[in-house]
Amino acid sequence: MTAQDYNFAYLDEQTKRMIRRAILKGIAVPGYQVPFASREMPMPYGWGTGGVQVTAACLTPDDTLKVIDQGADDTTNAVSIRKFFQRTAGVAVTEATLDATIIQTRHRIPEAALTEGQILVYQVPIPEPLRFLEPRETETRKMHELEEYGLMHVKLYEDIARHGTIATAYAYPVKVEGRYVMDPSPIPKFDNPKLSGSPAIQLFGAGREQRIYAVPPYTHVVSLDFEDHPFVASKAPHDCDLCGAAESYLDEVITDDQGGRMFVCSDTDFCRTRREAGHVGHLGVPVQGGV
Amino acid sequence: MYVAVKGGERAIDNAHAWLAEERRGDPAVADLSLAQIREQLALAVNRVMAEGSLYDPDLAALAIKQSRGDLIEAIFLIRAYRTTLPRLGASRPVETAQMAVIRRISATFKDLPGGQVLGPTFDYTHRLLDFKLAADGEVLPAATAPADMADVPHVTGFLNRDGLIEQQPTGNAVPPDLTREPMELPADRALRLQAITRGDEGFILSMAYSTQRGYGRTHAFVGELRIGTVAVEMDIPELGFAVNIGEVELTECETVNQFKGSKTEPPQFTRGYGLVFGQTERKAIAMSLVDRSLRWAELGEDYTGAPAQDEEFVLMHADNVQATGFLEHIKLPHYVDFQSELELVRRLRAEVFAAQEAAE
Repeated sequence: MTAQDYNFAYLDEQTKRMIRRAILKGIAVPGYQVPFASREMPMPYGWGTGGVQVTAACLTPDDTLKVIDQGADDTTNAVSIRKFFQRTAGVAVTEATLDATIIQTRHRIPEAALTEGQILVYQVPIPEPLRFLEPRETETRKMHELEEYGLMHVKLYEDIARHGTIATAYAYPVKVEGRYVMDPSPIPKFDNPKLSGSPAIQLFGAGREQRIYAVPPYTHVVSLDFEDHPFVASKAPHDCDLCGAAESYLDEVITDDQGGRMFVCSDTDFCRTRREAGHVGHLGVPVQGGV
Repeated sequence: MYVAVKGGERAIDNAHAWLAEERRGDPAVADLSLAQIREQLALAVNRVMAEGSLYDPDLAALAIKQSRGDLIEAIFLIRAYRTTLPRLGASRPVETAQMAVIRRISATFKDLPGGQVLGPTFDYTHRLLDFKLAADGEVLPAATAPADMADVPHVTGFLNRDGLIEQQPTGNAVPPDLTREPMELPADRALRLQAITRGDEGFILSMAYSTQRGYGRTHAFVGELRIGTVAVEMDIPELGFAVNIGEVELTECETVNQFKGSKTEPPQFTRGYGLVFGQTERKAIAMSLVDRSLRWAELGEDYTGAPAQDEEFVLMHADNVQATGFLEHIKLPHYVDFQSELELVRRLRAEVFAAQEAAE
């Protein structure tokens, strides 16, 4: 592939226009899944083609792009998607959350608070929050139309009856502006509170399933729960072993075959920034002049 | 001290370099040319064109070479390329009755206008490994006869004259295009046929087979199967007439299905239709069976819950590029989701053990 043979950000302008229309409709109806004519991308379905198409439709030559997967900038698929846009759009890229104008993410919301003017693009595998309760699209669309979400509440109630708690740890369903129940993509439920009232635009792209949806800035997003079983944003009960952060989401790393393990921030930029600022975790070492 | 895993970029570059080397294989063995693939693996080329929805044997051959013979990967390469191509216009519908047939058989009539032409088929070959082929590929020229330039009328047309088969509705409505609009269900027949013709051969085959074994049985006969080339014509507005812009090879299958009548339709034969790029007869036959099976509602038949009657099930799972992408994406890192599940399972276990201890 030579980048010059393709349009800016790969997609042709007609396709981008079609995607932008879907995005605008999504922003106008928060949480509603807008069908769009997803294109075959040069990476496989299920690997972020929806997010890539949304990012391609939003990118301008002046943008600065950050791509993360599992919170990290250096996971293989994040590297691959970042490289794709460097090649086809020639935009500036960054690992710093605050320097990015567009952030494409898979499975995480960055720890650092987002600001006005930033766009967070989520890669979504299954956009339909009701899918595993009702496999038929024709049925679930009707349920959304009628605001018929009883099935979801029954599922959550059955969890409590069986386990004493809601046994959904990621892709935890939310209600947007009191209307549509939405799948926040497979982010850990720890990240759910960050969906609500964010100054940034949050866009969700599902390529294979041909759906785009959105949470506009300062939108009220509520994680589904019950009065006597309120939603809790949980994480591993540890501090980051590298930077000592107590408030960030942690990955567990197995360090030997004797049961040894450590916990590190899943958000690599957050962890690096803290370490550069002099924070040292339990197993970390002080940083001199950058990592 | 632990250092977080870095170097994804170098790992990817090295993996790709290794892949390129593996694709080439032993350099002492001659490199495969695209012409060799196009000429000698023509049925693989046809499948890639059909499921890639792009008629270009040379590009399909390139995709097969690049994908090391993984046909779904080759189909994916063609699809990703196809989606970048500008849409210049639409051709006129191809006229399969004017096909230059290399094969044309009917299972319903012993003889018929246009005749039965067996053509280059594996049917009736004894499936014995031909060890001579391993030594040398020389073949003697096959017998030839002068081409018959007459049209080859469709078998279903003969039945239609007697009113024995359902009328085919005609019209000039522009069919929907699933590559340009999101698939919306319920789909009309044109959209279903589009999805099935580019659907995975194995999936469509299994769906069709399931109807034969009784999961939505449709009593199909192959009214006609034909393979050959047809002219592609396009209206040129500046000229005011249609111009021949090339030809494509197609396989067309029409099934004639027994039908005892329903609440809405009298007893008559009904139709299933298959049309696929290239010589792809297994796919075309399977397509026509699945098409017929999905028409139960329109014909007033009962829905028996068979998978091949379920439009949403068939259409949403027929595309192998979608299926393989989503299937294989579970190789991607899922540290974060898995971590959240780990926490949950640990907490649930702790609660169970605490409850057990309290009980003892």
